[in-house]
Amino acid sequence: MTRWAMVADLRRCVGCQTCTAACRHANATPPGVQWRRVLDMEFGTYPDVRRAFVPVGCQHCENPPCMDVCPSTATRKRDDGIVTIDYDLCIGCGYCAVACPYQARYKTQKALFAYGGAMQSEAKRHDDARLAVATKCTFCVDRIDAGLEKGLRPGVDPEATPACVNACISQALAFGDLDDPQSNVSQLLARTKHFRMHEELGTGPGFHYVWDSDAPRGTP
Amino acid sequence: MTYGPNPWQQTHWDARAAGNFICGGCGAGLIAFAALAGAEGRALSGLMVAGLGLIAAGLFCVFLETGRPLRAMNVLINPRTSWMTREAFTAAVLFPVGVAIVLGAPHLALLAAALALAFVFCQSRMLRAAKGIPAWREPAIVPLIVATGLAEGAGWFLVGLPVHGIGGAPVLALFGVLVLVRVFVWLAYRRRVAATLARGAFDALEGAGRVLQVGGTLAPLALVALELLGVVPGPLAAPLAALAGLLAAAAGAYLKLVLVTRAGFNQGFAIPHLPVRGQPH
Repeated sequence: MTRWAMVADLRRCVGCQTCTAACRHANATPPGVQWRRVLDMEFGTYPDVRRAFVPVGCQHCENPPCMDVCPSTATRKRDDGIVTIDYDLCIGCGYCAVACPYQARYKTQKALFAYGGAMQSEAKRHDDARLAVATKCTFCVDRIDAGLEKGLRPGVDPEATPACVNACISQALAFGDLDDPQSNVSQLLARTKHFRMHEELGTGPGFHYVWDSDAPRGTP
Repeated sequence: MTYGPNPWQQTHWDARAAGNFICGGCGAGLIAFAALAGAEGRALSGLMVAGLGLIAAGLFCVFLETGRPLRAMNVLINPRTSWMTREAFTAAVLFPVGVAIVLGAPHLALLAAALALAFVFCQSRMLRAAKGIPAWREPAIVPLIVATGLAEGAGWFLVGLPVHGIGGAPVLALFGVLVLVRVFVWLAYRRRVAATLARGAFDALEGAGRVLQVGGTLAPLALVALELLGVVPGPLAAPLAALAGLLAAAAGAYLKLVLVTRAGFNQGFAIPHLPVRGQPH
């Protein structure tokens, strides 16, 4: 089996938002819609202040609450763990959005463009099917499927890898098959300390956050 | 300890969604109460029409909330896991049963009551399944929504008392019991969420809870008690009962409105560890 998953190394992320821009570009999302965004968190008080940049988006959960509540079966989970939305089935009730503990879902009621009217590039890629329905990160599923058909390896070959991962300037984002112990993400998780967000809810997120090395301090 | 931005009010469901829980709960409660109160004949038909009308109004609110209303029938596709679908199915059975009662099959009243209870139960489970909203996913939301629906339905039954004339001590006592049950269930729910909800969400609920406790419980119970003690002059009995019912129904509706539109804070984002930087890795 295959379980596609993403790993964000919080030690490496610098909050540049390049992944956000790459996602916007790859998926032609309208203003205000960020399927991949990076939270800029500050903690503490001067002089003891810490900062963390945390990429978030759809966690492609093992037990997606958005799928269970969806009355139209528009939200589904593939065998490889990717949670999808059928825009032609979705009624835009927003139930999935309130069921998602990760604020990953958006609903855009009408067409929005960066500067009012649609620029040529925006008009070309605008899709009415995505209006008034739920949308979210797809793990760039089209790239993955097309890449697999060509014999490429998602997470390794850029053509078959989600746009945000390709764009990351610090290699903070990694993508791969968790069921393959030799995959990049499995190897990364094996040698680091990591967590998943809101683990206590039992959703089984497919998005892992690395926060420390598993090796003793000072070990190269 | 966790770190992360504070939770904020969800914006996906607004007063239209709240309208479904308010009207649907009232309508289902009214149908159930009408059957329990032994309404018959034209009174039963009228109460059934009113109850179904309220449920229909609630479903229409959902229709207004959906982004693609022309695909509304797709709501029926997922009875396997979706409580929204199950709510729609229950309504789809309840409506013909209700119409049959109106057309002269009063023996179906108890069946309609059971379906109405199932409907309001589905509504409660809808909120319970919304894992992204701590105030909704709390298990105690289920008895709370059911209890408010029944108490509001009983309230609307009393509002109609001057018209249908079905009153008397048993009806007033049953109304009082339902209002009391509702406030106890509310207090239990409040106790469970007090430590877990975001400040803003809990403060909003506290305000609505005070309205429920005073305006929706103490005041109507006092009015009903006066009637049961026989100190209310005859001509005033029905209007005062109607006032008691209105207060109970309005307070419950306000609580649900606040629950959806002001206490529906999400969980925010939280990370249990901060990244360790400056170390070789």
